[in-house]
Amino acid sequence: MSDSTSTVSTAPSANTFLPVVPEWRRMMNRFLGHRGLLMGSIILGLIVVLAILAPWLAPHDPYLQNISQRMIPPVWHEKGSWEHIFGTDKLGRDYLSRLLYGARISLTIGLSAALISGLIGTTLGVLAGYFGGRVDAVISYIITTRLAMPVVLVALAMSALVGGSLQMVIILLGLLLWDRFAVVARSTTQQLRDAEFIASAKVLGASTTYILVRELLPNILSALIVVMTLEMAHAILLEATLSFLGLGVQPPMPSWGLMISEGKAYMFFKTWVIAIPGIALMVLVLAINLVGDGLRDMNAPEGRN
Amino acid sequence: MSEYALELSNLSRHFYLKNGAFKEPTLLKAVDGISLRIRPGETLGLVGESGCGKSTLAKMILGLLEPTNGDVLINDKARGSSSRLSMSRQLQPIFQDPYSSLNPRKTIEQIIRLPLQLHKIGDAKSQQKAVKDISDLVGLPERLLKNYPGQLSGGQRQRVAIARALILKPSILVCDEPTSALDVSVQAQILNLLMDLKKELGLTYLFISHNLGVVEHLVDRVAVMYRGKIVEQGTREQIFQNAQHPYTQALLSSVLTPEPALGLPEVLDSSTWDKAS
Repeated sequence: MSDSTSTVSTAPSANTFLPVVPEWRRMMNRFLGHRGLLMGSIILGLIVVLAILAPWLAPHDPYLQNISQRMIPPVWHEKGSWEHIFGTDKLGRDYLSRLLYGARISLTIGLSAALISGLIGTTLGVLAGYFGGRVDAVISYIITTRLAMPVVLVALAMSALVGGSLQMVIILLGLLLWDRFAVVARSTTQQLRDAEFIASAKVLGASTTYILVRELLPNILSALIVVMTLEMAHAILLEATLSFLGLGVQPPMPSWGLMISEGKAYMFFKTWVIAIPGIALMVLVLAINLVGDGLRDMNAPEGRN
Repeated sequence: MSEYALELSNLSRHFYLKNGAFKEPTLLKAVDGISLRIRPGETLGLVGESGCGKSTLAKMILGLLEPTNGDVLINDKARGSSSRLSMSRQLQPIFQDPYSSLNPRKTIEQIIRLPLQLHKIGDAKSQQKAVKDISDLVGLPERLLKNYPGQLSGGQRQRVAIARALILKPSILVCDEPTSALDVSVQAQILNLLMDLKKELGLTYLFISHNLGVVEHLVDRVAVMYRGKIVEQGTREQIFQNAQHPYTQALLSSVLTPEPALGLPEVLDSSTWDKAS
C-alpha cells in the first residue's frame, strides 16, 4: 500500500451521525398528515367496532318478525318513533339491528375473500415474477384467462350452479378476485428479482423458499396491502350485487345487498328501505377505498419525508 | 493449504441474443475461455471497460450463473461439487451498489446476522456478540445496528455489506467494483478498510474494477480483460510501467488526472488492438 493515502482514516467521521427518528413515529406523522387516510380509518374503524359489538348494540333481534309493526318509518320521519330508529322492514324486523348484523356479513365476506384471493394471487405473481421464463409464460396465460372472464357473470353462473350461501360467496369471490394481486406481485417481484440483496442471500446458500418469503415478500407487502383494501371493497360490492340478485347470501340473513333487494318493491313510496342500506354500503366502500388510497400514498416514495 | 485459493480454468459463458422468432439468435461470448489463478493472500485486480464480461465472471465465481464451459475451483474444490451453503463459508461477495445489496426491510443487525442464521452457527446470544465484534472490526458504530439501511450513508452501508461478508470468516472476497457507487472521500475509507482487513485476517481478494487508480493502490497482480478475454496479466509494476498490449496502453492513457495542464486524455482508436487480439 502506498503512503500517499495513509492519512485517510478508515473510521467514519463524527459528523456522519444521522438523527434517528423511530420508524413508527415517522409513520404516525405521515398517517396523521393524510386527511383521506385518517377519515377513512376512523369510519372503517367505527364500522368494524359496531359490527363486532352488534349483539350488545342492536336494540332488537334482527330476525324477529312482527307483522303489526311492519314498515314503520325511521325516527326523523313524522310517523317515526325512537323504538325503531331506522324503522322496520316489510316483515316488521328492526332495520337498525339488521344493519348492524349486516355489517358483520359485509366485513366477513370482504376480508375473507380478499385474504383467499390475496393468497392465490400473491403466490402466482411472486412465482411468475421470480422465476420468469416458462413459469412466467404459463402464469401470465392463467392471469390473462382470468382477466378475460367477466367477474359478475361467472359469479352469477357459479352461484346459480352451486347455490348461494355465505361460505359459497366467500369461496367464489376468493377464487375470482386474485388477478390484481397476481399482476402487482409479479411486477414488483420482477423489479426486485435482480437486486443485490437477493443475490447475496443466494450466495449465502439460502433456500428459494427463504428468499421468496423472508427477503422478497416483506418488500412487496406494502403494495399488496393496498391491493387488498381495494379488493375488499370490490368483494363487498359484489356480495351486495349477488345478494341483490338473489344468488348470494340467502334470506333471512341480514345482508345489505339483500336488504336493498327486499326493499326494492317499496322504493318509490318508502325510500328509506333502500336508502339506509345503500348509504351504509356506500360509506363502507368509500372508507375502505380512502384507506387503500391513503396507504398507497404513504408508501409512495414522493410521499416520504 | 491449497496452492491456489481461486482457480479459473478455461471458463466461458455464452449468451444467445434473440433476434425475433425467425432469425438465428446471435451468439455473445460474454466470458470466453478465461483462466486465472490467485494464490492465498494475494490480491488480483481485474480491470476492463464496461461490458467486457467482468461482472459475468464474478457471477460465475459466486455461483449465481452456470458457466457454459470450464470450472471454478475454490481452494482446490470445484464450485459445482458442493452446495452453495458450504462454498459460501470460503468465498463471499461484496457488491457494487450498497443501496441495493441490503434488504431495506431488515435492520442492520438482522442483515449482518443472516449468514450465521442460515448456517446455524451458535445460539442467539453468541450470534449477537459476533455481530457486535464484526461491526467493531469494520468500524460500524453499535448504535446503528437497530437502524434500517435507509437511515445509513453509502459508506456505512458498504461497511455493513463488508461485515456481512466477513462474519462467516471466509478466506476469499470477490469485490465487484465495491467503491464505484461511493463518493471519492468515502472510497478511500472503504479501500483502506479492505486493506486493513486483508492484513488482519489474511484474506485473498479478487478485486474487479474499472478504476485504475484504485487498482494500482491495492493489488499485487493485474489482469486486463477485453471482450471476454484476458488480454494481459502480470504484476502491478509490469502492467502499470510496461504494458505490452495496446488495449492496456490505451486503458492506462485514459486515466483522468487532477493536473489541469494535461487536459483530457487522448484515447486510442479501438481498431489498433482489435487487430492485435
